[in-house]
Amino acid sequence: MAATVIHRHRLATRIWHWINAVAIFILIGSGLGISNAHPHLYWGRFGANFDHAWAHLPRFPAWLTIPASYNLAISRRWHLFFALVLAFSLLAYMMVSLLNRHFQRDLRVRRRDVGAAHLVADLRAHLALRFHDPEAPGEYNALQKLSYVAVIFLALPLVILTGLALSPGMNAAWPWLLDLFGGRQSARSLHFIAMAVIAAFTIVHLALVLLAGWRNELRSMLTGRWRVPE
Amino acid sequence: MIRRRTLLSGGAGLMLAGCDRVIQQPTVRAIIFKGEDMHRGLQRALSNRDALAPEFTPAQMSPRFRTNGTRDPGTPAYAALRAGRFADWRLTVDGLVARPLSLSLADLGRFPQRAQITRHDCVEGWSAIGKWQGPQLGEVLKAAGLRDAARYIVFRCADLYGGAPYYESIDLIDAFHPQTILAWAMNDRFLDVGHGAPLRLRVERQLGYKHAKYLMQVTAVASLAGIGKGRGGYWEDNVDYDWWAGI
Repeated sequence: MAATVIHRHRLATRIWHWINAVAIFILIGSGLGISNAHPHLYWGRFGANFDHAWAHLPRFPAWLTIPASYNLAISRRWHLFFALVLAFSLLAYMMVSLLNRHFQRDLRVRRRDVGAAHLVADLRAHLALRFHDPEAPGEYNALQKLSYVAVIFLALPLVILTGLALSPGMNAAWPWLLDLFGGRQSARSLHFIAMAVIAAFTIVHLALVLLAGWRNELRSMLTGRWRVPE
Repeated sequence: MIRRRTLLSGGAGLMLAGCDRVIQQPTVRAIIFKGEDMHRGLQRALSNRDALAPEFTPAQMSPRFRTNGTRDPGTPAYAALRAGRFADWRLTVDGLVARPLSLSLADLGRFPQRAQITRHDCVEGWSAIGKWQGPQLGEVLKAAGLRDAARYIVFRCADLYGGAPYYESIDLIDAFHPQTILAWAMNDRFLDVGHGAPLRLRVERQLGYKHAKYLMQVTAVASLAGIGKGRGGYWEDNVDYDWWAGI
């Protein structure tokens, strides 16, 4: 019996996925380099060496940072350029995905998705390494859908807005943004937490790609064509 | 034997090292370094050129405001000025101006004064809130009569880095911003040496390295070429910091 191949990912989704993958990779690497300049996190409007820090971060090793040798200026150059790539590609992807109905069709969380019984069943299926519904192979499973929605609509906007709140120029332009996050050092802490959420998502995402069969998954993200597992 | 960490870091490490190599390409470097201009353009498109940096209440001030960068210029010239409680100190205002000025602290006190409680954001990530007072830079520039050709204001300082006076520069939008002041007082006292006595720049919509301490000379210029290494400031010239420090 010939394997069933379906067209799973739209061109716009694929293009955004890869731009985003590169941007997130560079933003995390350069962000960890920036963190090494003052690896302490505070809550509130100010925070410096004498003030109470809620977290003392480790010094991130050279193999995790961009550049590999400590250079705050070059880390910032990478970070600020790819911040624009991240923000504007997300904006474009969101607009296109509303128009081509990717959001409504694939990411709309329905009541049955979030029912306790359904979520438990989906978790069991994940543990048994079954990641798709044989009845509807083109659809995302509930946990997949919820995590994509959380990253696309919560974590990425949060990391972008908290990043903007760290800019003294933007603080003058949009003072409400600082109030929203409770001050610059709170925004800086939330920026780091949002990064950690995105990093954790990325690690789980890559692990699931490996478990689901990386050739098939990678091909579907490059060409759109996904072979339904038997 | 391959250690686990080497194995784990191998893939990402190769890609990260790739970033280090690729930014040495002049074209890539030029594109990545354009981020600064793009942020400046976007921010200025999104906001009024006079939009104010947030100001705070006395209760919101940092209990301690750390010093950073040069904590004491330490030169014989500065030591002599300090020993005389800056009575002999003068701020030179020159360059593309109609009337070059030489201002004492008392002269600066005769300009209309502005006091503001603002947040200082170090490029490293920490911030501190303090109160600053002094004349608006714009008023001093008006007194000197800026010529039409002037595009940038350059600040030269008493502290030396690599043997040359620390310097910084801003454009006229930030120079004439209402919160851009030449501060002689911090937290209701004369500036102490660690914070830049007797005078420092406050340019509140920019990061800390723009806020030049130990000011000696304010010069209006048409271009930043020929000053230092031509990129507008000590850190910009020597370690690739962005000139526009609004983000």
